[in-house]
Amino acid sequence: MFKAIDLQTALFGPVSFEVAAGECLVLRGPSGSGKSQLLRALVDLDPSEGEVWLEGVERRAMPVTAWRRAVGLLPAEAAWWYETVGEHFPDPQAVDVAALGFEGAVMDWEVPRLSSGERQRLALLRVLANRPRVLLLDEPTANLDDDNAARVETLVREYLKAHDACALWVSHDPAEVRRMADQVLALDARGEGQAA
Amino acid sequence: MNMEQLSVVELAIAGALVVLLAGLNVALGLGQARSLLVAAVRATVQLLLVGLVLKFVFDVGHWGWVLLIGLFMLAMAGYEVLARQKHRFAGVWGYGVGAVSMFVSSFSVTLLALAVIVAPTPWYEPQYAIPLLGMILGNTMTGIAVAMERLTDAAWRQRREIEGRLLMGMTWAQAITEARRDAARAGLTPIINAMAASGVVSLPGMMTGQILAGAPPVEAVKYQIMILFLIAVGTGFGVLAALWLASRRLFDERQRLRLDRLKARA
Repeated sequence: MFKAIDLQTALFGPVSFEVAAGECLVLRGPSGSGKSQLLRALVDLDPSEGEVWLEGVERRAMPVTAWRRAVGLLPAEAAWWYETVGEHFPDPQAVDVAALGFEGAVMDWEVPRLSSGERQRLALLRVLANRPRVLLLDEPTANLDDDNAARVETLVREYLKAHDACALWVSHDPAEVRRMADQVLALDARGEGQAA
Repeated sequence: MNMEQLSVVELAIAGALVVLLAGLNVALGLGQARSLLVAAVRATVQLLLVGLVLKFVFDVGHWGWVLLIGLFMLAMAGYEVLARQKHRFAGVWGYGVGAVSMFVSSFSVTLLALAVIVAPTPWYEPQYAIPLLGMILGNTMTGIAVAMERLTDAAWRQRREIEGRLLMGMTWAQAITEARRDAARAGLTPIINAMAASGVVSLPGMMTGQILAGAPPVEAVKYQIMILFLIAVGTGFGVLAALWLASRRLFDERQRLRLDRLKARA
């Protein structure tokens, strides 16, 4: 459903993989091996060589704004640019905030007062609001306690199943890797990919 | 026009005041005397040279000389814009964005003023063409330099926010819109303030000069109003053009923010 062929930049690669609908590919590797760079290249935020295919369409054949809605990236530190949370969502009312443990008024909260864990969970909801076909998640549970980490894992699993979507998930936590991984892709220190 | 001619002796009296100020500066140990005197000497030499060049061009009156001087002024203004950027575009874009925008706005506004508004005979009459271009170009240069500095600095500092918007599927224009608005405001504020304050807080330099040279105040005022309008239009179009080119250059054909196209000043 989503595949990369010899994808590379100066910082990683070449990397090839293929993820089927409903699957979660966990991305591992030491820091500096280019995991975040790989995700940025997949969403076409950095120039890269190689092919990326989504459901039979190569990225260059699609307008880049449509591509970035279909391939949603949650960066390790997501940016916020308006005063309140709700302004960042296309349709704040339609978001199921309870799924990640928020009360209904969260859309009126002011961004500067959010904790890093709240930002991370809300950023995931924001990515999901675009209904992406592929989720690229850069350590989505890094700032979360166990309860919220479990909520995120469940939400992503349910999303993949409900929408026939797939995910790439960067993780350093061995237990999380075991729970989430249908496939594991390990980047070595030189940034070359190896299916494991 | 009846104008009191200045003699060398009378100029020297004004110069002596500057020397006096420098002397006082040394006595108080403020350490500005040297740069003050150097600047005064530079102003004298540069203005005398310009006076000679203008006298020559006025006497010859050929359009080729007017064009040559205009292009020389444009070239200098281009370097001045470049020199004021903290993050400049690599390659020809560093010089090109400012120079092209100034050329498009300042030259066309000056041409319009010469052809339709002032309409001297011939239309390129250097006595009108060179001072008009100089005033419009000088102000446009400042506006463009300020606006571009704001835009590139914002792109540099707000990289995460801009890329965050791109990630949500926004276009490059939507992603940069606030930075561009701030930059346009910064570039246009000086001329807006100058128009609002003129006559109340300050007497604009050109009008003052004309009045000192013996022109009737109402005539001087009409010229000043026209000049303010032309400067505002030249600056405004120049800033808009520069911001459009610069923000376009900040993104590539796949709408990626390309900060690698900027380089910090060495």
